Amino acid sequence: MIDKRKTNNNLDWVIILLYGVFVSIGLLVVYASSHDDSRPFFDTRQLYIRQLIWVCTSIIIASFILVTDNKIYTTFAYFIYAAVLIMVIGVFFFGHEVNGNKNWFEIGSFQLQPSEFAKFSVALVLAKYLGNQNNNLKSNKTKMVSLALIFFPALLIQLQGDTGSTLVFLSFFLVLYRFGLPGEFLALGLGVLTLSVFSLLIDKFTLIAILFIMAGASLYFIKRTKVAYFVIAGLFICASLYVTTTNYVFNHVLRSHQQERIKVLLGQEVNVKDADYNVRQSKIAIGSGGFLGKGPLHGTLTKYNFVPEQHTDFIFCTIGEEYGFLGTTLFVSLFLFLLIRILSLAERQRSKFSRIYAYGVASILFFHFLINIGMTIGLAPVIGIPLPFISYGGSSLWSFTILLFILIKLDADRLAVLR
Amino acid sequence: MDTLASRRKVLQMVFYIIATVFVLRLLFIQVLNKNYKQLANNNVLRKVTLYPSRGLIYDRNGKLILFNQAEYDLLVVPGQIKKFDTLNLCNTLGLEISNFKKELFKAYKYSRFKPTVIVKGIQSELYAQLQEDLFLYPGFYAQVRMVRTYPIAAAAHVLGYISEVTLKQIDKSDGYYQQGDYIGTGGLEQYYEKILRGKKGVKYVLVDVHNREQGAFNEGQMDTLAIPGINLHSTLDIDLQQYGEKLMQGKVGSVVAIDPSTGEVLAMISSPTYDPRLITGRERGKNFSKLYADSLKPLFVRPLKASYPPGSIYKPLLGLIGLQEQAILPSSTYSCAGAYSVGSSRVGCHHSGFVNNIIEAIQHSCNAYFCMSFRKMVDNNKYKTVAQGLDSWKSYLSSFGIGVRMKTDLPGVGYGFIPGSDYYNEIYGVGHWNSLTIVSLGIGQGEIGLTPLQMANEMTAIANHGWFYTPHLVKKVDDDTSTVLKIFKEKNIIPIEKKWFDVTVEAMKEVVEAGTGQIAQIPGLTMGGKTGTAQNPHGKDHSLFICFSPVVDPKIAIAVIVENAGFGASYGAPIASLMIEKYLNDTISTPRKYLEQRMFEADLIHNKFQQTPVH
Ligand SMILES: [Zn+2]
Repeated sequence: MIDKRKTNNNLDWVIILLYGVFVSIGLLVVYASSHDDSRPFFDTRQLYIRQLIWVCTSIIIASFILVTDNKIYTTFAYFIYAAVLIMVIGVFFFGHEVNGNKNWFEIGSFQLQPSEFAKFSVALVLAKYLGNQNNNLKSNKTKMVSLALIFFPALLIQLQGDTGSTLVFLSFFLVLYRFGLPGEFLALGLGVLTLSVFSLLIDKFTLIAILFIMAGASLYFIKRTKVAYFVIAGLFICASLYVTTTNYVFNHVLRSHQQERIKVLLGQEVNVKDADYNVRQSKIAIGSGGFLGKGPLHGTLTKYNFVPEQHTDFIFCTIGEEYGFLGTTLFVSLFLFLLIRILSLAERQRSKFSRIYAYGVASILFFHFLINIGMTIGLAPVIGIPLPFISYGGSSLWSFTILLFILIKLDADRLAVLR
Repeated sequence: MDTLASRRKVLQMVFYIIATVFVLRLLFIQVLNKNYKQLANNNVLRKVTLYPSRGLIYDRNGKLILFNQAEYDLLVVPGQIKKFDTLNLCNTLGLEISNFKKELFKAYKYSRFKPTVIVKGIQSELYAQLQEDLFLYPGFYAQVRMVRTYPIAAAAHVLGYISEVTLKQIDKSDGYYQQGDYIGTGGLEQYYEKILRGKKGVKYVLVDVHNREQGAFNEGQMDTLAIPGINLHSTLDIDLQQYGEKLMQGKVGSVVAIDPSTGEVLAMISSPTYDPRLITGRERGKNFSKLYADSLKPLFVRPLKASYPPGSIYKPLLGLIGLQEQAILPSSTYSCAGAYSVGSSRVGCHHSGFVNNIIEAIQHSCNAYFCMSFRKMVDNNKYKTVAQGLDSWKSYLSSFGIGVRMKTDLPGVGYGFIPGSDYYNEIYGVGHWNSLTIVSLGIGQGEIGLTPLQMANEMTAIANHGWFYTPHLVKKVDDDTSTVLKIFKEKNIIPIEKKWFDVTVEAMKEVVEAGTGQIAQIPGLTMGGKTGTAQNPHGKDHSLFICFSPVVDPKIAIAVIVENAGFGASYGAPIASLMIEKYLNDTISTPRKYLEQRMFEADLIHNKFQQTPVH
């Protein structure tokens, strides 16, 4: 009943093309920020060659997803979820410790990070669970189970010391919101996010003063009941506490091993106590690109390694420095286009499973986009998560490829789904 | 599901808003804010100054007397060190291992990636050995540095030295000097700084995050080459200078020798001198403080700055002025009673007897004769007051370069001191002094002071019968465009008739042939001269002698001052004549060898009461 040709006929070539564009940009900027001219061009120690290998294997994986039956994901979602969890737990016993993070498997000279795969498995399992007509997010039981499905892998990953990957799981709140979680949760989440951003940008006492004025003003506009007083006072106190502690948390808790990495990388050269070093260098690199950029492979800060981890988490600097405001704007627009395209894909799905899954994909990609680029331009805290399809790294490329191509496969088969 | 479906719009809106915020932020960082460009350049661009080689200095015979020599510093980048044979390296360099390790540790603590100088001032010969093995010591590099080198340890005061610029000099240089640059200090190094230093070049290089050089910036389009300094040809005869310094050993004083036909300074000695090599290189700071603290002030440039009462060597000048002013005639006589006494004033004279003419007066250095002559000159009826007479006298002396600052090409040329009417008006009040008050000026004592350079210039002007070129120390600059030497080609004419000079030269010839300066006689050479004794209120008098030779078409004029050495004939005349003999004959004649030996050996500094040699 399901015709193979039908799949091919309905493939969303726009998204596949976008994927191709992003992966190519990724190869180019990884080359720019990591090539070592003292070694031969085709040397597997050159990171771009390794990235090329990852791209090729990703294409094989993508093709495999497109030709296999989508029932693997719809039927075996729980099974896949369990399998990934076992892999993540396995890292505790057989894992390889890198930079204080014990979340790698070593296969030859390549490394695999199971936590990356937890993302799509959670997206699948949420789709499966919430796709069931019996589960409605209005019920407390469904809320609890959904949160448990999200937070269990998140907790395991946090235990491995990878705070960045853990925070990515917050993105599933967007999915829960879309499918019925009360709006206050999202408002709260957005409020926290806004506060974080402002607390990085504005002096904290000024910010508290602004909050105080806002609290007073809101009392003026709404009905002044006892409850309203308590809620607003409570919100103000929480927000003020958050603002005063957030910098401390970012500087001292979240970044502690990030600092270690810089220390290792730079020796005594840089005042490592200055946790803003990464962001400062990153902003300098991007800012120095100007309107048109310095041109491909002409980024001097990129070439001479001024931004630590530039081929992974700070890859956006290379785009900023070499391609300027034109390049970054184009990139942001392309990414926005991808996200919006995924949303419209989501809405055209007949099955609830596919739709929820699509929202999962969009949320994960958005969160990476938000945090990664936000961090390089000083709008978000330094949390080490990759820029999808661009940053160097096999596990993340594989994981994003799987994430996206399962959606493409589900979308292609959408007409075959019985209502 | 209507409300839930609208949540898609909310999410879409969030995506749009975030993307817009990012683009606005990027617009601010990349387009509107220009600071980041500068910061990026600060990160990767290093301005490297290229230092030109400093100009060389030759003596008048083409001998190199100041040049640059390569010295090497050993640098270490601790992060690049691999295991190496410490003992071997220390042996090559002659270092103590424990010290070396301490230095290495210090460098390591300073920076693992920045180079630190670990051994300074390695000489070329040693470096040649080290260079062969340097590949055995990864992380160690040699850096060449040019050091001013004096091949002959002489003429320290004339040549000067270079030292690090002070903040004041940096401020005054319109941005040319930077901290750590060197600048000429004293002597020709200072006076000709702008010619010798050349022009610095600049090179922009790109560096990586570890400060390692990665190549030229902008293909070197902003780089400029260093332009080497220009060479100077000095007027000094370095052999004569060295000989003079040897003669002046153990004595405090000055010698200035000038070629009268050109004004070129052949030798300029300030004693005690110092080895100019002491204040270059590694021990510079220590040696400098030692020289600075020395009570004999070896750093003081006596020929230019020390001012002595000229005593009798100024009598020929007074004679010339008196003759020109018709205060006396060549045939004026005077009966000397061993003193010049008018009223309560009395100026003693070591001589007594009848003076037949001015020649005899100079020959025997009769104080009384010149007191008479001086008073007659300033009290001349030509002048309404003694003040006018004195000022006229002063202006005659100025024409000899005395009491004024000559434009000699060295820093710190002194004025000496010639008092004018204003000086005495200040002390005594207008109209409250007369020629008798200031009669000691008639014998070159009292307030009057001449620098050794001025004494030598007086001798030059007399030897030339009335003219001189400003004494100078550079005869040629290796650069066609330079006009610095132009003033040394301008003849200075003394406003005194030549016939009076003829008389004076005749008298000075007599001084050497039959007067107080007989010890200066050199077989086969004609010579004019004048002995002098400068009164010294602080101790034994200073011995002065000026002379020139030959009398016709003179080749050398010289002034010698030996402090605390007594009468002019005791040290001044022997040293001056030995230098002339050396310069004109190249050797010292056998009968005068004993004199030379005695001058070499005399140590007035450590044995102040050595017996005055008899003649
Ligand atoms: Zn007399």
